[in-house]
Amino acid sequence: MLSVEGLHVETHGKEILHGVNLSVEAGETHALFGPNGSGKTTLLMAIMGFPRYKITAGRILFKGQDITQASLDERARLGIGMSFQRPPVVRGVKTRDMVRACMGGREDDEAVASLAARLNMGDLMDREINYGFSGGEIKRSELLQLLAQGPDLVLLDEPESGVDLVNIALIGQMINELLQKELKRNRTRSGLIITHTGHILDYVNATRGYVLLNGSVVCQRDAHECLDTIKKNGYEGCVKCLK
Amino acid sequence: MSKIVRSNKRRELAEKALDKKPSLGEDIDLSRYSSTAEEHAYQEKPSELPAQDKAQLMKVGLMLDDASQRSGTFVQIDRSVVHSSTSQEGVEVLAVTQALEKYDWLQDYWWHAVSVDQDKFTAQAEIDLQNGYFIRALPGAKVVYPVQACLYIAHKNLAQKVHNIIIAEEGSELHIITGCAAHPMSASGLHIGVSEFYIKRGAKVTFTMIHNWAPEIEVRPRSGAILEEGAVFLSNYVSMKPIRSLQMYPVARCIGEGAIVRFNSILVAPPGSHLDVGSRVLLNAKGSRAEIVSRTITTGGTIVARGHIAGSAPEVKGHLECRGLILSERGTIHAIPELKGEVAGIDLSHEAAVGKIAEEEVEYLMSRGLGRDEATAMIVRGFLRVDIEGLPPELAEELKSAVEVSEKELF
Ligand SMILES: Nc1ncnc2c1ncn2[C@@H]1O[C@H](COP(=O)(O)OP(=O)(O)O)[C@@H](O)[C@H]1O
Ligand SMILES: [Mg+2]
Repeated sequence: MLSVEGLHVETHGKEILHGVNLSVEAGETHALFGPNGSGKTTLLMAIMGFPRYKITAGRILFKGQDITQASLDERARLGIGMSFQRPPVVRGVKTRDMVRACMGGREDDEAVASLAARLNMGDLMDREINYGFSGGEIKRSELLQLLAQGPDLVLLDEPESGVDLVNIALIGQMINELLQKELKRNRTRSGLIITHTGHILDYVNATRGYVLLNGSVVCQRDAHECLDTIKKNGYEGCVKCLK
Repeated sequence: MSKIVRSNKRRELAEKALDKKPSLGEDIDLSRYSSTAEEHAYQEKPSELPAQDKAQLMKVGLMLDDASQRSGTFVQIDRSVVHSSTSQEGVEVLAVTQALEKYDWLQDYWWHAVSVDQDKFTAQAEIDLQNGYFIRALPGAKVVYPVQACLYIAHKNLAQKVHNIIIAEEGSELHIITGCAAHPMSASGLHIGVSEFYIKRGAKVTFTMIHNWAPEIEVRPRSGAILEEGAVFLSNYVSMKPIRSLQMYPVARCIGEGAIVRFNSILVAPPGSHLDVGSRVLLNAKGSRAEIVSRTITTGGTIVARGHIAGSAPEVKGHLECRGLILSERGTIHAIPELKGEVAGIDLSHEAAVGKIAEEEVEYLMSRGLGRDEATAMIVRGFLRVDIEGLPPELAEELKSAVEVSEKELF
């Protein structure tokens, strides 16, 4: 599904990622760990295709196709979707408009309404997108948009941060829906989830985990083992493990 | 007797002001325009107006074929009133010259909310009055459907001069939709429109004006409103089409306790258009409130967006919001919000922002699969969306569709 090869990424004139390799097969979900500032967001933004994150070397393959040169909206239309940690406010544009836009040509007001109701988001639909939203509301709104978009590869940037314990289960359920957890086999959708705390792993079924330190992947193993090690030894442990 | 003395005095004032330059906006050499035009025949049925004119009028929100959703209709082409009618009790719609003949007391309202010697344009409207509309809601009348009025320039190079009087008597409720347009072939012209609003105790007026002029038309509205106790005035103004120059600065005076004014304007300046538009509210009575909201876009033209709220009575409250979007390398937007407080215990605030579309917002929408142009259009649509509090749903719908029609031509 996704294969990142020797990726170097620069933003604001500074190289942040120094040759990252990873690959996610169809139907798999992987987790990305790492301390603040290690380059996790940079990696997802570069995969999504944000022009501010310049790929200076390496390449990205998606569904077997080299998309390194593809634009942001082309990548979205090819089937990559992302939930943002801090999406911008767009004044006058309502959540409903965003959800409709995510559906592309398949707009269906009834489907939008039932999706929103199921996610307990009815009253957010007529608000300006992200304007005065609480942390939890932003996360739910981001996931709602992704559900409407239905991407084959889902990139999630800290989907659980700032969400209280009651809503974290709801978030987990939405992510599972995005990633077709209900299908026991023949899952086609893939995910790459940044998690700082690891809480979301109690709800979603991640197989592999990566640890990113100073712009390089320093460790790659079972996601839960990875989390346990970090919990026990901190990221310093990962550094030692390297040696 | 006294009536004649007074009007002579006004005429004298007007004559003295015939060369008086406007305090804002570009001066206009009035000798460039003609004051005469052919007469247009009165039509009992607005549906029988010439097809091309009708098409222009419908674009500014007039319903001419089926006016069942309107409580009155007024249409003036050049100097001629070609139709005026009402279909609901409690509301009067007349040519203003007719109303002056019918009601002696109208003299007490004439040039009361706007000064006759404000500048050469008001002076002209007095000296060479062509016509205009008189719309009045009788005491307590709740006029359900809007009254529609249109001022139209068909004659090439005409200086159209009108004087409108709007009166909402005590406890009445009145909605007016007015559209102004020009025949696509009329090429050039000048529109001078004096409008005086009198909103009596407990009355409410919503006034929605859609301008759809032509690239060589110059427009100088001169409007004033006087609000008594508990009166409400919601004024919406939309001009999104090319226009050579437009300068207006309507003033609403709250002289009664608890009066409420809200001005909304949506302005688009294509290349070659020069718009200098503001709204001013004088909060002169205790507890009166004002809100001024403007959304301006330049696609190459120049906009001066003004706003002024002055509070001179206790417990008044006012907010001014001026937002401008620059969609072209060459356009200019100059936002000038002003607040003036003259007593303690008032609450006046403003926010102004002028800039390009934020790249971050465009990218956010693109990451959902929209192309750059689609994303930009969606942001602009959102920007132009002003949710107008207190506007009846049908009117909100009309305003929305007027904006949407013009919006499509923006890109
Ligand atoms: N807008 C920016 N300007 C300058 N440096 C930035 C900017 N955004 C990110 N960086 C730098 O890039 C590095 C990686 O940031 P980021 O990818 O956000 O890390 P993470 O998501 O792992 O916390 C950090 O050192 C950060 O300071
Ligand atoms: Mg981050």
